[in-house]
Amino acid sequence: MIDSGTAPDLAAGTTAPALADPGRRRRQVMMGIAVVAALGLPLLGTSYLVSAATLALYLAYVGQAWNVMMGFAGQLSLGHSLYVGLGAYVAAGIFVHTGVGPWASVWLAVGVCAAVGAFIGLLAFRLRIAGVQLSLLTIAFAELARIGFDHIDALGGPGGLFLPVTNRGHVDLLGFRGPPALYYYGMLVLAAGALGLCALLLRSRAGYYWRAIREDEAAAEAVGINTFRWKMFAVVLSSAMTAVAGTFFAFYNNSLFPEQIFGFERSVEILVGPVVGGLGTLFGPIVGAVTLVVLGDGTTELLNKAGIDVPGVRQGIHGLLLLLVTIYMPNGIWPPLARALGFEPKRI
Amino acid sequence: MPFLQVEDVSKAFRGVRAVEGVSFEVPRHTITALIGPNGAGKTTLFNLIAGAQRPDRGQIRLDGRPIGGLPAHRVCAAGVGRTFQLVKPFAGMTVLDNAIVGALRGERTVAGARHRATAVLGMLGLAGKASLMASHLTLADRRRLEVARALATRPSLLLLDEMMAGLRPTEIDELLAVLRTVQRDEGLTILLTEHVMRAVMALAEQIVVLHHGQVIARGLPAAIVRDAAVLDCYLGEGESYEGLDA
Repeated sequence: MIDSGTAPDLAAGTTAPALADPGRRRRQVMMGIAVVAALGLPLLGTSYLVSAATLALYLAYVGQAWNVMMGFAGQLSLGHSLYVGLGAYVAAGIFVHTGVGPWASVWLAVGVCAAVGAFIGLLAFRLRIAGVQLSLLTIAFAELARIGFDHIDALGGPGGLFLPVTNRGHVDLLGFRGPPALYYYGMLVLAAGALGLCALLLRSRAGYYWRAIREDEAAAEAVGINTFRWKMFAVVLSSAMTAVAGTFFAFYNNSLFPEQIFGFERSVEILVGPVVGGLGTLFGPIVGAVTLVVLGDGTTELLNKAGIDVPGVRQGIHGLLLLLVTIYMPNGIWPPLARALGFEPKRI
Repeated sequence: MPFLQVEDVSKAFRGVRAVEGVSFEVPRHTITALIGPNGAGKTTLFNLIAGAQRPDRGQIRLDGRPIGGLPAHRVCAAGVGRTFQLVKPFAGMTVLDNAIVGALRGERTVAGARHRATAVLGMLGLAGKASLMASHLTLADRRRLEVARALATRPSLLLLDEMMAGLRPTEIDELLAVLRTVQRDEGLTILLTEHVMRAVMALAEQIVVLHHGQVIARGLPAAIVRDAAVLDCYLGEGESYEGLDA
């Protein structure tokens, strides 16, 4: 599914941009409904719904960040948990030791992750490590962090780092503490911001250059693209974006364990969304994240309500989804869904 | 001063000498063909000029400026556009987007690049296929797209690597006509490698013959096809050169 060489049925959708667009009104209405539903969800929904929706937005956001590197620029990272974990530990560590809140520390988290991303990118692209080897390198760094953070006593080591939990009823915007709805809206802003940023990037020089590099690096070099520089940009941007999700995660979850946050399952969880939703598309990460949460966590919740406890059912459903989508929708759910809804299927 | 100067260029791969002490010149606004049997070092020489590989020895100058050993993207910025023998379209992008990627080299905005790309696709007769995925094009159209994408970067020197291979005679004739027009309108200097001698004879003002990585003859097309050494190297290797005796 990662092969982007052929996208047979997608060309048709791009042939009629100049015609009077009959689907435009419908699209605007659907977007309007989506925005209203997203804004109103905490007012109507139960606390379970709010937390599930927050998780979906979180996955949509990190999926979008991962998609910049793989979907746009074609560089496969299987170790994005590294940036979630680093972002989380930087912000949480600062908060626990100094009391300084996330609005200040998130910048340091972004800086640290961007620097680490730049280091890995420099190492990989200078030594011409690509494809499977690049993926293995990203796993190696995530594993290194997982083991390394077990030995940092100031950050709790394997026993975990815990953020003091305050009164959940009280909204503290400055310290980013409050009821679940606060985190929901925070994540909504982040996911919407990432979507907007990626939409802008795809239409810019970066979007064209990344896609060219993804399709054929030698040809990209031959038309004057400094592929090293643009791949570095993709990696640094992707890791910096993921750092923000890590900071959010620390203040939302209030407890961090190296074993969990740097775990390989976390890296996989980040990429299943965009792959299921549609690699390299703008809405793929969002559609994928919602699908995963509705089917994966929804099923788990229903089983729990029925008194059935099946460990690993969530991961099983993710795996099954990935399998089915790979076989029946190799470009992901979004392109065919977009056509059915009258959107222009943008597989960029 | 010659526009492209190749001076004593050599390249070996694990001890095998692919290109050995090659020197020749391409005058401005002319078309030079590089011919020779398979394995003569033509594509290697192309890769050395285009910056895809670094020469072990020697210098390459474009309009007096040394470009030998520069990375490919800087050679492109210096004014060299190229096509690939095995076509390398950006398959998952539309024909227009392929050309836009090339046009962004000389344009500051995407809108400007789109304008340039549209004009270039028109020149190559691909305007009607702009919104198709590149992967859907026929081989002949992919070759045209290769030229369009290279041309979009506003090169002064165009390197065409085996443009005609695998094309039908009518497709070859059409592409020849397009190349002539483009060369005249854009004021290009062209260096091409070609096995289809009919195309070489129709386009080239100068022919350079490469054999075992060395230049064995160079001159006007009419003289080259009568050159005993050239005939010998083809006949000796059993190469079938369509139209060589024409």
